[in-house]
Amino acid sequence: MSVTLQSAPFDPGQLLSRFSVGRDETGAIASFTGLARAERGQTTALELEAYEGFTDAEIAKAVNAAIHRFGLQDAVVVHRIGAIAPGEAIVFVATAAPHRRAAFEACDHLMDWLKSRAPFWKKEHGPDGARWIEPTDRDRTDAGRWDTPFDTPASQAAQDDDK
Amino acid sequence: MAKVLLFGRFADVAGWREKTIEAATLADLRTALSADPHLAEALAGPSVQVAVDKALVRADIALTAASEVAFLPPMSGG
Repeated sequence: MSVTLQSAPFDPGQLLSRFSVGRDETGAIASFTGLARAERGQTTALELEAYEGFTDAEIAKAVNAAIHRFGLQDAVVVHRIGAIAPGEAIVFVATAAPHRRAAFEACDHLMDWLKSRAPFWKKEHGPDGARWIEPTDRDRTDAGRWDTPFDTPASQAAQDDDK
Repeated sequence: MAKVLLFGRFADVAGWREKTIEAATLADLRTALSADPHLAEALAGPSVQVAVDKALVRADIALTAASEVAFLPPMSGG
């Protein structure tokens, strides 16, 4: 498992190749790459602020929870911080599991979490100036898809009993 | 005494990002920060979180010279 915050651009293909090496028990790797949108010229740059030592630790907790919940063999998150130009990759997530369903679902889940609950502060720069942005209702709804029944202690205990 | 960090729009509102402030408790620190009414108003908003030494806190807490207090605006996600 690894979580990296970096200001330098990254090559998602290279990250995926590196993550895929030496996995003779892994049947499935799912990955997601998020890019910065230009919003038809309305966004000239994104600026992403993190609290280093806190943001990465919170992401690591979410990744470890996903590894446990979906039975992953491994997962990696690479997230840009600082100034990001339209077209550049902001986030890369890859998940490895014995079978595809777990890999797909864990990747989807981690992205929903990252988009709505990860401790980042995002500023959008455009022709009319800069503004801080917050998660959209859609981001919150997407993240909420994963809240039941797993996230409540009572149902977690019930689920553990079924094993 | 504590190292205070402001994130996101809080730093824009206050005009600073990091400062050392004399305060024995988090409550004292909030009082000291409220000398700036714009910052006080921003910090009083909904979904604001406070981390002391990188752990979220809800109640008042004693601070030492080594304490790092971070004021976190609503998190925007990545």
